Amino acid sequence: MDLSRLTISGLAERLRKNESTQKDALEALSKSIRERDTDVRNIRAYVPREAIKPIHRKADRNSPLWGVPIAMKDNICVEGLEVTCASNILKGFVSPYNATVVEKLLDAGAVIYGQTNQDEFAFGSSCETSCYGPTRNPRDPQCVPGGSSGGSAAAVADHTAIAALGSDTGGSIRQPAAFCGVVGIKPTYGRVSRYGLVAFASSLDQIGPITKDVRDAAILLGVIAGHDPKDSTTANVPVPDYTSFLGKSVKGMKVGKPKEYFEAGLTPEVAKSIEESCAALRSLGVEIVDVSLPHTQYSVNVYYIVAPSEASSNLARFDGVRFGHRSKSSATLLDLFEKSRGEGFGAEAKRRIILGTYSLSSGYYDAYYLKAMKVRTKIKQDFDDAFKKVDAILTPTAPSGAFKLGEKTADPLQMYLSDIFTISANLAGVPAISLPCGIVQKNLPVGLQFLGRPFEEEKLFQLAYAFEEATGWHKKLGNVS
Amino acid sequence: MGSIDLKHIARLARLHLSDEELKFLETQVSQILAFVEKLGQVKGLEGVEPTSHPFAVSNVFRDDVPQSSLNIEEVLKHSPQAKGRFFQVPKVIEDKN
Amino acid sequence: MIPTIGLEVHVQLATRTKIFCGCAVEFGAPPNKNVCPVCLGLPGALPVLNREVFGLGLRAVLALGGEVSSVVKFDRKNYFYPDLPKGYQISQFAHPLGVGGSVEIDAGGKPKAVRLNRLHLEEDAGKLLHDQLPDSSVVDLNRAGTPLAEIVTEPDLDSAEEAYQYLTTLKAILRSAGASECDMEKGQLRCDANISVRKNPSDLLGKRVEVKNLNSFKAVRLAILHEITRQSAALEKGEKLVQETRLWDDERQKTFTMRSKEDAHDYRYFPEPDLVPFFVKKEDVEKVRASLPEMPKAKEDRFIKQYGLTTYDAKTLNLEKETADYFESCVRQYAQPKSIANWLTGPVAAYLNANPVSFKELGLREEWLIEMAQLVEGGKISFQAAKEKLFPEVIALKKRPQEVMKEKGLEQVSDDSALGSWIKEAIEANPKVVADYKAGKDTAAMFLVGQVMKKSQGKANPVKVKELMASKLAESN
Repeated sequence: MDLSRLTISGLAERLRKNESTQKDALEALSKSIRERDTDVRNIRAYVPREAIKPIHRKADRNSPLWGVPIAMKDNICVEGLEVTCASNILKGFVSPYNATVVEKLLDAGAVIYGQTNQDEFAFGSSCETSCYGPTRNPRDPQCVPGGSSGGSAAAVADHTAIAALGSDTGGSIRQPAAFCGVVGIKPTYGRVSRYGLVAFASSLDQIGPITKDVRDAAILLGVIAGHDPKDSTTANVPVPDYTSFLGKSVKGMKVGKPKEYFEAGLTPEVAKSIEESCAALRSLGVEIVDVSLPHTQYSVNVYYIVAPSEASSNLARFDGVRFGHRSKSSATLLDLFEKSRGEGFGAEAKRRIILGTYSLSSGYYDAYYLKAMKVRTKIKQDFDDAFKKVDAILTPTAPSGAFKLGEKTADPLQMYLSDIFTISANLAGVPAISLPCGIVQKNLPVGLQFLGRPFEEEKLFQLAYAFEEATGWHKKLGNVS
Repeated sequence: MGSIDLKHIARLARLHLSDEELKFLETQVSQILAFVEKLGQVKGLEGVEPTSHPFAVSNVFRDDVPQSSLNIEEVLKHSPQAKGRFFQVPKVIEDKN
Repeated sequence: MIPTIGLEVHVQLATRTKIFCGCAVEFGAPPNKNVCPVCLGLPGALPVLNREVFGLGLRAVLALGGEVSSVVKFDRKNYFYPDLPKGYQISQFAHPLGVGGSVEIDAGGKPKAVRLNRLHLEEDAGKLLHDQLPDSSVVDLNRAGTPLAEIVTEPDLDSAEEAYQYLTTLKAILRSAGASECDMEKGQLRCDANISVRKNPSDLLGKRVEVKNLNSFKAVRLAILHEITRQSAALEKGEKLVQETRLWDDERQKTFTMRSKEDAHDYRYFPEPDLVPFFVKKEDVEKVRASLPEMPKAKEDRFIKQYGLTTYDAKTLNLEKETADYFESCVRQYAQPKSIANWLTGPVAAYLNANPVSFKELGLREEWLIEMAQLVEGGKISFQAAKEKLFPEVIALKKRPQEVMKEKGLEQVSDDSALGSWIKEAIEANPKVVADYKAGKDTAAMFLVGQVMKKSQGKANPVKVKELMASKLAESN
């Protein structure tokens, strides 16, 4: 049996029953990575490191993730490991501390195993802005895996990881999960601690699981969620046992279908998959109702003010003084700052720093940042209103299947628009899950997105699990055997 | 929107840009800004509170209790240039005129 | 020329740990000892507000008569400097902790309220040092993240002296409230001054010059005087002044243009997304208000009313909370407030002015001060002798005044025969003065008393001498 093809739940059970050992599991993954990620198919889901160093600690045998290897996106701090956010400016930086999610995983018995590729500082939707070069989509290596957590999604889809963590600022978990045909959830803002996640846009970022099926996502989120005294923005809301909602009937649940998401930009094939998904849900007794999110059309506009603004400030600490790249031509203080940053950051990071600095600069703040924050309020209110009528909202995760490598790199705006369906969840802070719901162009998965009320991830799991069971896309795509 | 003073913005951001990058960014940033400016169409924003946090978590404190700090090796480990117990930077001169 | 002055004062709030992390606040620690991922600005680290910072900030706002905001938020102030690890300072821009309030100062004998604009919380930067290495500057981040309250006045001050008065009063208030130690030598109170001058009251305010690096009250006074002179001279000559930031050079006693942060004035403030808003309940504000001790001004007024002190004595006693408390404690044990006050504002204050010690370090036990007052009151020693001879010895020997007095033979002589012989000598040696006295010149007797005091080396009881002198002079009629 190839242990790398197992899910969290499958592997954890074998380990607990002593049918396999932790060593077997790591060896299976190591082999899988060697054969599939680097050598033959050159997917490059992992960032190149000399050797993958497993990180674990003593934990109770009955811990939920006992012995289960979990891959980390390269922007999550793991003590003793190099963490670079796929940026030249951070190369060589070894974190002296663990992110809270890492602490929680280790306490739950997990083994941190491997760090996955991403867009530089999570700036991108295709995993092409990484300083290590792009990751490919295992479903079609000519295509991108999506981004920014493209490495995590590709590794899980390619069975080079059992499960992985990603981070989502505007769709960075869900869009690659959709492109790679796996499950990804962006939790409610404040559900999971951001301590130790290298910040992109602090009011939007959330860490979340990328997994082979819905059950794994429920298990993994259950471990990493919860209040953290080190992150002021985490909520003191109890974490339910998400797995207890799996298999519960969804009959009578109301799911809203926002008309604005189906008006433009959607490929006919994706539209068809979503229609079929609605039919499947109806047959489960779910009531699909029309809702309206009138301000959602401005999501991308708001996002490209708020996110770069926060990013421009968050990236100011990369100044060449205490860590990270320092230019060799740093004769003066100004050179030290400007050249180190000029050499260290890639093109997309520079673009966003400039955009954000401009939006916040004197004379433009009111017209850009303040206005964007007000429209953000409107977007949030739209969701509040809709959730008075429905339990969840359904949309496609992305307007199309995965696009080709290089297809959108020359046109940043087109790239930005590929997140059109995912961004509003970050702006409103609501949870959203993406799971496979079809295949287009022979081999490219399509993602279905459910958005829920704040801190009601359990409802998303309940719906997603019922849908997954009914349609079996996780099996059709080979995620589980 | 007029043309933006990209050099000024780059200076504020302490970001060196080559001439080529400046040219490139000028077009792209203008396009992106033209796009985001569609926000001008949104009506009824008078009196709307800006959202900087999605949810109403408030009054989060920590107690005034000392925690251990990093040891000096750990502190300076990643410094591109360090001397003794200090981070080192080019000489900063205050002009006295 | 009419100067207009406003002050921005940064005081360090008296906490054990930094504002956003658990690193200790410690003065004089080895470089980069008290730093962690948060205050080093390592990737991924997040701030969490120290409860005590908020509490002490509230005390400061209320002690200064300000209004506590119902919604308090933090903002990022973005600029690059090697001592600013994150590339932004977490501060408060739109929703400061407190607004308004005032500080009453003594402006040439008249009370004057200096209005406060706001009080906000922020983190301190680290230190950039230039004298450690020949070709480099170096960074020490121990101070980065130290909690500060920035207190900004309206431009209400008219002179260097008023600025000095304001700072002294502010310091006394904040120390009383327990918000800050305000120890300038440890950098716990730092001041920037905004100064402009204009020719006529009807003129618009002149170009504002911000002077930084004022590390002592003396420096504040000198720098303001210097700026007023410099700006006035420029105006007289018809030169144009520019709005700028200048640094005070303590060695050369002048200000100079600061160029290094010239282009950094676009701070791009925006709400700090890593911290949440803070809502302050009215009842909590009232609780803090009720817990505040009596403020120096109120205490001053009470001292005048309750103990019959002069305004000067009451003010002087209240410059330091310790002195005021010491005074009241002594008075409780020995109900002679005027005499205790005389001791504290006279010999004790003079000693402290002349010697580099604080009142606490002086180590003057309450019972010693009381005993000295009693000795004077009981005619055992003259006030003069007690002040000039006994007091310094008590401080030096750390012994009971009674013992010191005996050891050093400082006891007052009141015995009639000893005094009588000195008086006799004085009368005999100054016949002309005696004649003057008899001719009706009363002051002549004072001269003779002085002669007796001299002969006795200050030990003679002056009251007794006066009495005896009067009767002796009458006798010789």
